Amino acid sequence: MDFGFTDDQREIQRTARELLSERARPERVREHAEAGRVDEVLWRELCTLGWPGIAVAEEHGGQGLGRIELSILCEELGRSVAPVPFLPSVLASTLIERAGSREQRERWLPGLACGEITGALGIAVDGTAELVIGAAGASVIVLVEEDRTARVLTPEQADVSPVASIDPTRATARVSASPDAGEALGDGVQAGVDCALVAVSSELVGVCEQALEATVAYVKERRQFGVPVGSFQAVSHRCAQMLLDTEKARSTTAYAAWTADADLERLPEAASMAKAAASDAGREVTASAIQAHGGIGFTWEADLHWLYKRAQIDAALLGGARRHRARLAGLLAGQAAASRVGASSG
Amino acid sequence: MDLTFSERETAFRDELREWLAANRPEAAPVGSGEDAHYAFRREWQRRLYDAGWAAPNWPVEYGGRGATLSESAIYFEEIGRARVPLPANVLGLLLGGPTLMVWGTPEQKERYLPPILSAQEIWCQGFSEPDAGSDLAALKTHAVKDGEGWVVSGQKVWTSGARHSKWCMLVARTDSDVAKHKGLTYFLMDMEQDGVQVRPLRQMTGEAEFSELFIEDARIPDANVVGGVGNGWKVALTTLMNERAGLGFALQIRLRQLLDDLIAAAAERGLLDDPLYADALAELHVRCESIRLLAWKGLTDVERYGQPGPEGSLVKWLWSETNQRLTQLAVDILGAAALSSGTSWSYELLRARGNTIEGGTTEVLKNIVAERVLGLPRLKAAA
Repeated sequence: MDFGFTDDQREIQRTARELLSERARPERVREHAEAGRVDEVLWRELCTLGWPGIAVAEEHGGQGLGRIELSILCEELGRSVAPVPFLPSVLASTLIERAGSREQRERWLPGLACGEITGALGIAVDGTAELVIGAAGASVIVLVEEDRTARVLTPEQADVSPVASIDPTRATARVSASPDAGEALGDGVQAGVDCALVAVSSELVGVCEQALEATVAYVKERRQFGVPVGSFQAVSHRCAQMLLDTEKARSTTAYAAWTADADLERLPEAASMAKAAASDAGREVTASAIQAHGGIGFTWEADLHWLYKRAQIDAALLGGARRHRARLAGLLAGQAAASRVGASSG
Repeated sequence: MDLTFSERETAFRDELREWLAANRPEAAPVGSGEDAHYAFRREWQRRLYDAGWAAPNWPVEYGGRGATLSESAIYFEEIGRARVPLPANVLGLLLGGPTLMVWGTPEQKERYLPPILSAQEIWCQGFSEPDAGSDLAALKTHAVKDGEGWVVSGQKVWTSGARHSKWCMLVARTDSDVAKHKGLTYFLMDMEQDGVQVRPLRQMTGEAEFSELFIEDARIPDANVVGGVGNGWKVALTTLMNERAGLGFALQIRLRQLLDDLIAAAAERGLLDDPLYADALAELHVRCESIRLLAWKGLTDVERYGQPGPEGSLVKWLWSETNQRLTQLAVDILGAAALSSGTSWSYELLRARGNTIEGGTTEVLKNIVAERVLGLPRLKAAA
C-alpha cells in the first residue's frame, strides 16, 4: 500500500499551488467576486496549461492523466477559491466521457479539454435544475435526472436563467429543458456522477485546508489576556477538530480518486463516502474558521466567507452528506443481505 | 498511490490466514474465571510461537520473521478478522521486547527476549500512578541505591495483567534534585517478591483487567536497569511509541466487526430502511473507513519518510469516539439486549467508556495535535 503521490503528481501539485498563490491572491478573488466576473486572464492561463483537459483522454485532446491528477488540481483551486469555471467544465466533460457516445465525445470533449468552451452539470428534477454552477456561459450543459437518465444540451436547447447564489466566485443559473430537448447520454451515467463526486470532494478538501491554515496562522498571532488565543484549549482543540475533519475528508477522497482509476467496483461506495465526509468537513471547518477568528471572521474583509460560501455550495452539489449516507446505507443493506445469503448457503 | 497489497504482502496474509483457519483455538472458557481465561490465552500464544507467529515483527535474530510495518499491520488485521484472542504476553511482545532491542544490553536481550516470545514470562507495564496519569513525568515512585542494586517504593495503577506477570517495566525516580524528566530510570522489576503487592482494580464493567501495584522496599539489581540511570524518560518514550504501533490495527478490525454485527442486526429488524438509523450507521461506516485509511496512511508514511505523520493521534482519537458512538447506537437498535447485564453488547457499551482515556486521553491527544502538528503555542502549565 502506498498513499503517496508520484513525483509527477507532486510536481503538478507544487506548480499549481505556486501559480495560484501568485495569480489568485485574495484581493484579486475578491475583486472578481464582487464584480460577479470570471477571472478571464487566469482562466486563459489555466487553459494554456491544459488544466481542464488533465483527465480527458488524449484522443479527445486531453492530457490523458487520471482522476488523482484531476483531484490535485481541484484541491488547489479549492484552496484559492479562484473565480474560474474549472469545476463545472470538468464535471461536464467527466459525464460526457463516461457516458457519451463516440459522436458526443468527439463533438464536445476537445473544446472542453482545451478550454475553448466551458460546460456545466446539473442534477434535475423533471427537467429543471437549480443553481447550476457555470451554466450561464456554458456551451454544453449535462442534465442528470434523479433516475440517472442524462442528456446533453446546448444553451439553445434549454432555458438558462442566471440566479445569484451566495457564492459569487462562480456564476450560477437555473436550467430548464423540455423532455424531448437535447441528446440522451448512454450507459455509465452513474459512474460519471461518481467520478464527478470525487472532483467536488477534492475541491472541498482544498477549501478545508485553506480555512485551517488561515485559522492556525491567525490564532498564533491574535493576543487576548496577554497570550496568543491559540494557547487556549477551547481554541486549540477546535483547530485540532478542524484537522481531524479535514483528514477524514482527505483520506476518503484520496481513496475514491484511486478507485476511480484503479478499482471501479468500489467506486460507488468510495465516492459517496468521500462526498459525505467532505461535505460535512467543508461546512464544519469553514464555520469553525469564522468562529476562531472572532469578530474579524464575520467581516467581509477577512475573506473567510468566500471559503464558507464555496463550502456551502459544494456541500450541496450533487447531493449533500445525508443524501450520500442514505445511499451508503442502501449499499450496506445490499452487502448485509448478500452475506446472509452467503452464510445460509455456505 | 497504490492501495493494494504487494505480492509479498499478499503471500504473507494468505499464509497467516490459512494457518489461523487451521489452528483456531477452541472457544474461550466461559464463566470459569479470569485465571482460566489467562491460561487459555497463554496456551494460544504457545501455539503461535511454535508456528513462528508470536511476533512476526521481531527481527529474525530474536526469533521473529523480520516482518515489515505493513506486514505487521496485516498480522493484527488478520488476528482481528479471525476473531482469535491476542497473545497473552501482548505487552512483552509489543512494548517490552522492542524497548529492549533498542536500549537493552546484549546480556539483557539474551536473558529476556526468548521467554517473552514463548509466553514463559509475562510482562506488565508500571508507568501510570494515582497522581501521574497524563502527566507521566510527575511520577513519584522512587528507587534508592543500595549496594549493587536498588530499593523501590511507590504505587502504580492501571497495570494490566499484573497478577500473571513475572516482569514489570517500571519507571521510577532516581534523582529528585533535577528537572522532572531527567531524574527517571527504567527498570525491569521482578514481580515475584514480597515488596510487590498486586490488588485487582475493579472497573465499571465489573471485571478487573487492571491492577494496582503497591511497592514497598522491592529490590532490583543493577543488571536490571535499562538504558542507563537517569535515562528513563527516553526509554519510556520508546515503549510508548510502540504502544499504538500494531495494536491499532487489531482494534480497527474489531470496530469493523462490531459495526458489521450491528448492521446485520439492524437489517434483520428492517431498520436500514429507517432514515434515522440508516444515517447513523452510514456515518459510522464512513468513520470506520476513515480510520482504516488514516491508519494505513500513517504506516506507509513511516515506511516512506521514516517518521510518523499526525495520523497516530488522529486514529486513536477517532477510533475511541467511534467505538463509543457505535456501542451507544447499538442500545438504540437492540434495546434490552444491549442493556441486559452479561450480554456482549452491554459489555462493549461499558468498556468503550475507557477508550477515550486509556493510551492517551482525547484531551491530551488534542493537545498533541494542536501543539505538535499544527504548531499552536503550548498552554503554560505549572512547572
